[in-house]
Order: sequence, then structure tokens, then C-alpha cells
Amino acid sequence: MFEEKVLKKIKDDKEKWEQGPLGKSLAKSPEAKPVFTTISGTPVERLYTPLDVEDLDYERDLGYPGTFPFTRGVQPTMYRGRYWTMRQYAGFGDAKSTNERYRYLLEQGQTGLSVAFHLPTQAGYDSDHPLSMGEVGKVGVAIDHIDDMRVLFDRIPLDKVTTSMTMNAPAGVLLAMYLAIAKEQGVDWAKVGGTVQNDVLKEIICRGQYIYPPRHTMRLTVDLIEFCQKSVPKWNTISISGYHIREAGSTAAQEMAFTLADGIAYTQACIERGMDVDSFAPRLSFFFNAFTNVLEEVAKFRAGRRYWAKVMRERFKAKDPRSMMLRYHVQTGGVTLTAQQPLNNIVRVALQTYATALGGGQSLHTNSYDEALCLPTQQAVTVALRTQQIVAEESGATDTIDPLAGSYYVESMTDRIEAEVDEYIKKIDAMGGTLSAIEQGYIQKEIQNSAYRFQKEIETEERVYVGINKYTMEEPPPTGLLKVDMSVGEKKAAELKQYRANRDNAKWKAALDKLREISATDQNVMPYVIEAVTAKATVGEICDVWRNIYGEYRPKEFV
Amino acid sequence: MAQKIKMIMAKPGLDGHDRGAKLLARVCAEAGMEVVYTGLRQTPEMIVAAAEQEDADVVGLSSLSGVHNYFFPKVVELMKQKGLEDVLLVGGGIIPEEDYDFLKKSGMNAIFGPGTPTGAIVDFIKENVRKR
Amino acid sequence: MAHDFAAQILEGSNRAAARLISWLEDEDERAYECMKEIYPHTGRAFVVGITGSPGAGKSTLTNALAREIRQSGLKVGILAVDPSSPFTGGALLGDRVRMSDLADDPDIYIRSMATRGFLGGMAKAASDVVKVLDALGKDVIVIETVGVGQDEVDIVGVADTTCVVLVPGLGDAIQSMKAGIMEIADVFVINKADRPGADMLCAEVSARIEMDAHLRERGWVAPVNKSVAVEGVGVHELWLSIEAHRKYLFDSGRFYESRREKIAKEALRMIHGELFRVVREQLEQSGRLDAAVEKLMNKKLDPYTLMRDTLTEWLSSSQCKRRHDEDTKG
Repeated sequence: MFEEKVLKKIKDDKEKWEQGPLGKSLAKSPEAKPVFTTISGTPVERLYTPLDVEDLDYERDLGYPGTFPFTRGVQPTMYRGRYWTMRQYAGFGDAKSTNERYRYLLEQGQTGLSVAFHLPTQAGYDSDHPLSMGEVGKVGVAIDHIDDMRVLFDRIPLDKVTTSMTMNAPAGVLLAMYLAIAKEQGVDWAKVGGTVQNDVLKEIICRGQYIYPPRHTMRLTVDLIEFCQKSVPKWNTISISGYHIREAGSTAAQEMAFTLADGIAYTQACIERGMDVDSFAPRLSFFFNAFTNVLEEVAKFRAGRRYWAKVMRERFKAKDPRSMMLRYHVQTGGVTLTAQQPLNNIVRVALQTYATALGGGQSLHTNSYDEALCLPTQQAVTVALRTQQIVAEESGATDTIDPLAGSYYVESMTDRIEAEVDEYIKKIDAMGGTLSAIEQGYIQKEIQNSAYRFQKEIETEERVYVGINKYTMEEPPPTGLLKVDMSVGEKKAAELKQYRANRDNAKWKAALDKLREISATDQNVMPYVIEAVTAKATVGEICDVWRNIYGEYRPKEFV
Repeated sequence: MAQKIKMIMAKPGLDGHDRGAKLLARVCAEAGMEVVYTGLRQTPEMIVAAAEQEDADVVGLSSLSGVHNYFFPKVVELMKQKGLEDVLLVGGGIIPEEDYDFLKKSGMNAIFGPGTPTGAIVDFIKENVRKR
Repeated sequence: MAHDFAAQILEGSNRAAARLISWLEDEDERAYECMKEIYPHTGRAFVVGITGSPGAGKSTLTNALAREIRQSGLKVGILAVDPSSPFTGGALLGDRVRMSDLADDPDIYIRSMATRGFLGGMAKAASDVVKVLDALGKDVIVIETVGVGQDEVDIVGVADTTCVVLVPGLGDAIQSMKAGIMEIADVFVINKADRPGADMLCAEVSARIEMDAHLRERGWVAPVNKSVAVEGVGVHELWLSIEAHRKYLFDSGRFYESRREKIAKEALRMIHGELFRVVREQLEQSGRLDAAVEKLMNKKLDPYTLMRDTLTEWLSSSQCKRRHDEDTKG
């Protein structure tokens, strides 16, 4: 980017500065610590200059928004066209109370829905299963069957909102219910937009909501992708997630590397199914975390976009530019929140939101300040949403595209993260690919080691965490926390009994039998899942069909 | 040979967030304990069976999905039924302070909320664990 | 108290068994009285060893095998052995994670165990734990451990049937041939057999077995099984192979011989361990070990003389002397 003559001069001058003013200053008073690092442990230099980006080629490495390699953004106008989608993850109790929260959020200016399901649904159990005891309606909404889904989207037109569903191993079942409800509402599937997470690999790596062994669960993932590509063209068929990898303790670069490694595995699996890369890749979406170190996060997003574009073009020979775009949702870092002095979390979330805006994300969930204590209260949720609105509409971060481009530090960090990602991907390839790296526990161990390093840094006070190891204070226990009604479980169990008693048994049984038959073949299961949910089969019943055929996954590796 | 502290580290319920549980397991092992990790999706019955078979001195329960008030007392109750009253029971995770009293009254020996240094947990176990 | 404990174990008390195992692990004196009491009630259970390199899927296979064995109504004890850290003395025992399926079956008892730094090797503690589980009423006891051929973790001497688990793609076959695993296997299992390379590994192992059979007359030729333990595939067949080996042991009289060898080895090992413990304790506590080491360092003494002197002194000490004299008189 710079002429050699200019660089030479900068190098000479920098040395002069180091020996002169800097040297004198350091002699008088040394810096606060010998090494400065990001929260990921990456060393940070005192000063970045053109010397750190001397190999940068603007046209090759940065280019223009909406064009390869998409370093500067995936759309030509970015937030000058429209802001990111403000999408708050929400759900608790039964379908009715969650439906009320959704309609409140939409009235407050939220632009998309994001369904939090309770753990039994995520793990493929009905609310009255023994393992569901105590969990019903706790961390999300209890959805057992199509009637619940109908109540959940009552008075919400499915052609007007887009809905994201955090649903993985049983993703097909919940999407089937959603599509069935859309049909009831008279909405053409071509107009239905949204996302299912459908990312089973990261469940095995770190999030724990797995059901089936990797090979089989991947088959269901690909079935969904293939089905939507033909029948629900606007649906984002997967949200390949680094969020939870970061929550589990990874560094920024590991988050990007392991997520893209998962992305490569899904792409490969779809191609092996016989799909053309450009037929499905434009609907692959991603999901990342945003921590408080704004500059490192921005570099991470930029590096990820550039690397993925190259992977798609070079490795998978994609031709459609949309296949090369790393489009992603962001959630602010849940683990960065502290239970101590919880109002401080508002500031953390604001910085993380700022990082997302400067990094060019497509949608965002901001955490509520009380989430290290409980599920968010309405007041906390409102502040979280307002935080996004302030960053979008007051901060100026949205006025120009990729404003940090050209910063010597950010460009250098972008290169560094991209190089680290590349190193991991190469290592994983050498291990026989992502599935095999997961089976060997490699990815899990890398994450756990980073988590351990970070914890040690906090405990030795090498890294400051406000309210945890510095600026601590006595405070009265917080009050007014959200309590989920424990009786939802009993209500749901009684209601399920009724539901099962009142359905057309012959129709129900025929649908499940058919699904069982198809699931043992290579045929796409999705049409039969839709038939089964319409015939009133429950989430647990459908998941059991697959449990019986595919077996259940048990994690293999430990620290 | 000296007695070693044997610990069960368990995650009751369906919550899959095991960063804290695994981290603590590792820290306790480094402090010289023998730590049995049970993995996810444990029912109170499974946890107590493990405690009995392993002759555990400590049982650690980690919960981040808000189900502590349901699961922890259940574990305490079953431990009592099996005659395992002298086993130290500690809990951690996303547990609001206002629940501490209830959990302690129901028989938990200690609750460690978010941000507790792992060293403090190790010390508590070493100071309060039974002799076999 | 020892009597009460033993009685409780014989009546099937998990809790009493659990405590006795802890005492054995701690080498606590209280264990030995109990062990004496239960000894007459042991030797009934059939012991299966599962061994192989890390990542071979041993725990998953053990889990599936235990379920299979339960189908036939037999009660199962599982001993899952993991290494202790040589630096901290602690251990992370993760095998139960893969055995969640078994947790609510009252007729299955699972015990995780760290190798610690047992005198006389892992085998001592393992063979004692097997006795406890046997007395507790378990019909089949499965011992699962990493590695064989090393003193520390060599539990092969405890098992009636040793299953060696191999997986394609880890260079396992070659490794095991070097480590002498081929010789100790009664049954081979190629786990994760849905992976590429499984057939080749199977062929390699079979060829090696055939070669062995030519070289040496053997009553039993180790079968090579394939399994996908995660999905329960091939586990029934594995159990059939183990049963076949058991039948062979009985029919050929090998069972009796092999048990006799094991008991002899075990008795010697125990005497060796206890003698060594007592001698070492005396040397250490009297400060004489330090003094001797100092001399060894300065080359004022050589370890050969030290060994002879220690032994002579030990044998001439009052208690032993009498016994020694009696023995020589006889």
C-alpha cells in the first residue's frame, strides 16, 4: 500500500522515535505492564504504523462493500440502506405468555423474532418426559406440538416478520410446525423468512443439546437444507454458530476458526448429497459473539468475511457472490456479564453493540444486564433493545461503511486473526476434517484450554475484570428478579395427556410409521415430518422415532 | 497412602453449559482431588447413585438454567435416604443470592455464585470435607 | 466392624462396598480385615478386561457391553481406570460420561479409579476391587483401562478374557504389535468399524493371528470382531465371542490353570508389596535411607551392598529370624 521509499523513511523515523522520545519516557516511567494482550491473549504492540500493514493490497485484501472478498461488508450500502435486524431472543413459560412478550417487543420497534425454546424441546423431549422435570418453561417457551406453535404466533403474520429459532437436533420438527402454521395463516412458503439454527456440530463441541450421533444428525441437517432450497427459498437453513464456542471459553480467532470449520463440514455434506454449491450456500448464515474488546471483535468479523469468501470461491468453486458472503447474526457476550454490580453490564453491552456495528453484522441480540442472575426482566430487555437503537441512531457508527478500515492496528489484527484461522483450518483438514477433529476431542480441548487460561488470568489478577477482581464492593442482594412459574410443568403435563387423547389415533400412527420407514432410507424426511406434526405427533414422539433408528450420542472426550 | 478427596461433578437437568463444571473439575484435580465427571443430563437419582458407588466425599452440582431450586433439594433428599448425610454438597452456576438461604436450609453446604474464584471453592472443600 | 462391613457387602450393600474400595485405594489398614472376611466368597465372577489406546472408544464399548450382558440377566460390575497426574496426584475420571445409560440400573455398579502410584502396580488394587464386586454379587466384572504392557496399568493379569480394542486410522495395529498386545488378546474388537480403513485393519490383524497360529500351537485363536459401539452395532457378537472364550477356558481346563497362576502371582505380589512397604517405611522413618543415599552419591557405598545388607539385617531381626531358622531346619 506504500512505496518502498516511504516505508524506509517510516522505519528510520520510528527507530529514531524509539531511541529518542520513547526511550526517554520509558526510562523515566515504565509502562504499566511488560506485555499488553487482548482478552483472547493476543499480544498488542505499543504502536502500529504502515510497517505493520506493508503487504496489504487494497484491491485484493479489502475491496468494496458487497464485492469479493467482502472484508468491508456484504452489502453495498450497509447500514445506510437499513440498520441490522434488532432481534431479541425471548421465550419463557407457555406459548401464551411468550406470544404476549413477542407482541410487546414488536410494538417497541423490534424488527424480528427470535424464539427461545425450553430445554426439553431443544433436547427432543416432551414436557412430561422424566428428564423434563423442573425444566418446563424455564429458559424458554415450552412447545410440544403444533397447537402450542399456533398459540405462539397468534396475531403475528408470518409473512411480515422473520423468525429465528434456536433449535438444532430437532430443527426439522419445529420448522415443520412453523410451516404448517404459515399454511394455516394462508402465507405462501415462498414468502416465509427466518432462520433455524440447525447447527448440530457445535452442540457436540460445546453447547450440549445434541441427540443423535454425528453422522445421523448431519443427515437431518442436510435434509432440512435440501428441502428449504426447493420449497422455502427465503429461509436461512442453518445458523453456523461460533457464539457458544466463544461462551465456552475460546479466543476470538478460535471462535471464527471452529465456526468456519463447521461451515466447511456442512458445505461438504451438502455437496456430497449432490447439491450444487450455489444452490444452497447463499442461504447459509452464521452466528457470532461480541465481547467488549471492540477493536479485536471488529478485526475478527472482517477476517472471517475475507476468509470465508476465499474458502467458498477457492475450495468449493462457488460462482455466485452470495455464496461467498459471510452473513451473520450477533449476540453480545453472555459470559462477559457479571452478577456483581449488574448495571455495569449495560456499558459492556453498549461496547459490544458498537463492535457489532463497526464490524458489519446483519442482526443483533443484546443481552440484558440482569442475565448473570436470572432470565431478563421486561425492564432489562427494554434497556437492551434501546442500547441497539442508541448505537444505530445516535452514535454515528452507521453513517459510513467499515469505518475502521485502514487503521494500522485493525488491519494488522485482521491479518493476524485470518492467519490464525487458516492455521487451524489446515490442522483440522490434516486430521481428516471437522467431524474427525471433533471425534478426537481436538476442538473441545482447544476451547477448554483457552477457558482455563482465561480463568487463571482472572484469578491471578493478571487481567482486570471490573467488579470481580477490581473495584469490588459490598452490595445488597438484587431484588425483583424474574421468576418463572413452576406450575407450568404440571399444566403442560395435564394438557399433553388431553392432547394425546383427543387426536385421530389412526392418522397419527400412520404418519409416524411412514416417517419411520422413510427415515431408514436415503429419502428426505422433511415432507414426512410436516405430515407427522400436522397429524398431531409431538416433538418427543418424532425425536423418539429417530432415537430408535439412529441411537443417541454420548460425548467422548473430557478435558 | 494418604486419603484423597473424591469428588463427583454433576450437571443436573438438561442444561448443556458445562464450561464452569469442567473448569472446576480441572482445578480440583490439580488441587490433588480425584474428580469423577458425570456429564450432562443427570437426574438426581443418577447423581446419588454415582455418589454412592464412588464413595464420594463431595458432590458438586452446576446449574445455569434456573432449575437449582428444583434439583438441588431433590439430590439432598435422596442422599439422606441412602444414608449419605456426611457427604459435602456444593452448588454453583447462575443462582441468585436470594435463593441461597432456601438452598442451604434444604441441606446444601455451600452455594457459589457467578464470579467466585475457584480457589475459594477448593479451600472450602478441603476445610469441610469429612474424614473416611 | 470388619465383620459387619463384610456381612453388609455380602448382602449387597453398595455403600459398604464403596467404602471398602476406598480403603483399598488408600491402602488403609481397615481394608485387610474385611478382605479376609470376604475372600472365601470370591472367585465366582467372570472378569472381562477391555483395553486399547486412548480414543479407541473403550468406555462407549464397555457401556454397550454392560447393557448387552444385562440382557441375559447377569449382574455387572464395572471398574474404569484412568491415570493420575504424576504432578498433582489428582485425577479427572471421565468414563461415567459415556455410561449414563447404565446409571439407573440397580444391578450395575460402576467405580472409577485413578492409578495413583500403587506399589506393586495397578493390578494389586484392581484385583482387590474385583474381589469386592464379586462378593457384592456381580456376575461379570468389566475392567476398562488404557494401555497394557506397562507395569503401572497392566491389569491383564486380572482378567479371564482380555479384549483389545483397535480403531482404524490411529496406526493402532502396528503400535500394538510392537507393544506385544497381540499376545495378550483373547478377543479383538475393531471399533468405529464404519470408518474408512476398518476392513484393512481387520485383515491385518487376522493375518497376524494366522501367522501366530502357525508358529505356535494354541488351543484358542482370538476372534476379530467389528463394532460401532456408539450405535450398539457388533456388541452382541462381542459378547458371544467372550462367552465362547469362557466356554473354551472351562472345557479345556485352562480356566483352573489360569486362575491358579493368577492367584500365585497375586499372593507373591502382595507379599512383595507388603515387605517392601515395611522395609521402606523403616528405612525412611529412621532416617537411614537419607544417610545411605548420601553415601551412594559420594560413592562411599554401592547400591548392591546396600541391598544385601538391608536384606541380611531384615532377615536377622528377631521376628523374622525365628521363622527363617525354622524354615532352614525343616
